Amino acid sequence: MEQVADAPLKKTPLHARHRASGARMVPFGGWDMPVEYSGIASEHLAVRERAGVFDVSHMGQIEIAGRNALEAVQRISCNDASRLAVGQAHYSGLLTPEGTFVDDLLVYRLATSHFMLVVNASHIATDYAYIAEGITPAGDAVAVDSSSRYALIAVQGPKALAVVQPLTGVDLASMKYYWFSRGEFAGVRGTVSRTGYTGEDGFEIFVPPQQADKVWLALLQAGAPFGVIPCGLGARDTLRLEAAMRLHGNDIDTTTTALEADLGWIVGWKKDDFIGAAALRAQKAAGVSRRLVGFEMVERGIARGGYEIHAGGARVGQVTSGTQTPFLKKAIGMGYVDVAHAQPGTALEIDIRGRRVQAVVVPMPFYKRAK
Amino acid sequence: MAYPAGLKYTKDHEWIDAAGDRGKVGITDYAQQQLGDVVFLELPEVGTTVKAGQSFGTIESVKAVSELYAPVAGEVVEVNTALKDKPEAVNSNPHDSWMVVLKFADPAELGTLLDSTQYDDLVK
Repeated sequence: MEQVADAPLKKTPLHARHRASGARMVPFGGWDMPVEYSGIASEHLAVRERAGVFDVSHMGQIEIAGRNALEAVQRISCNDASRLAVGQAHYSGLLTPEGTFVDDLLVYRLATSHFMLVVNASHIATDYAYIAEGITPAGDAVAVDSSSRYALIAVQGPKALAVVQPLTGVDLASMKYYWFSRGEFAGVRGTVSRTGYTGEDGFEIFVPPQQADKVWLALLQAGAPFGVIPCGLGARDTLRLEAAMRLHGNDIDTTTTALEADLGWIVGWKKDDFIGAAALRAQKAAGVSRRLVGFEMVERGIARGGYEIHAGGARVGQVTSGTQTPFLKKAIGMGYVDVAHAQPGTALEIDIRGRRVQAVVVPMPFYKRAK
Repeated sequence: MAYPAGLKYTKDHEWIDAAGDRGKVGITDYAQQQLGDVVFLELPEVGTTVKAGQSFGTIESVKAVSELYAPVAGEVVEVNTALKDKPEAVNSNPHDSWMVVLKFADPAELGTLLDSTQYDDLVK
């Protein structure tokens, strides 16, 4: 993630709380964010076994409203928003005309003609400009960057329901995955969605920035009997990688298409025109030449983003994300490889600082929670 | 955690525990805190010679890879292979988790290193 050296880092409404709680802070996407509280491994395990609470207020919100809001969203977001009921969300991409990722995002249908897009922190300004421009042909629709109106707190893990439910009148148990509802949380008006970026069950709660600290403390207090702990971006990254969720800037960017990223399922193939549609339809017809795959190290070593992938003595791709995962206790990674080497079971070699280390293609996700 | 007075330290956050013509080398408590959960160590073969400040291996935490730098010039005469199977010991016990034993090329080089007070000031 590139940093502008001289720009002061932005702070979330919970920044002072992180500092006071002794979190280790790092610059991330232009923000001063907690990378870890008690340690990446212990936070990762807490989320898999109990639950963790994350400040993800750095994420951006861009709202699109107006009589033609649906048409506007349909143009700039590759998934089919006409399939969303009010109160439902889905994962999608903000694509270039080439079908590559300006960003990935969640689309929430707040009302029939009112949508909220949740975008990555480091791209808020560029996404907004791209969206504002992209929706003009749709007619009566306006885009507003409302990021400063929301703090966003994620509660993730098998105990998330038990932790959040006592704080709200919203019936969370009957809320389906990727649905959301307005409500009060610890007495604070907000919105909760059953979404997350960890591969676990969980909720993301949007609340006004001024009251974020109150909600944060209430969640930790409600979670304490379950062993729930605050978590940082470090664990968020290892958790999402185990769940094989793509990270923009690593696994997807403006050089990789939705099909190459194996995200054809977020493309609304039946929609009319949208930005990137022609390129993706052509690529679908012709077939991709490379694809994002998951792999596991066979020999000792940890693959990291940027390392070369080899097979049969030739370079066949590049690693985009990799780590030693605290829960599976394996070194895993994702990377783009030529399609000839993309089948699970295919032997690969990762060039780890000049040493060729054996790996094997495995199905994604690496981790899937028991339902 | 206090920095043991018997050790010498580098600005790159390694320590050396010198005894006679050789010394054990590890990384400091400050270094392990910066790294976070250590999950992997790549250590040299016995017989490898290194210059002062040269990399003799790598240490990986969940989030990053870092080089291990030789505090002084010398020959690797022993490698703590047991540590490779329990790299988390570097987090829990950094000043006892030695990685290699270096036989000094020039024991006088030790004089250029920091003592525990100077190191403590550096990382404060």
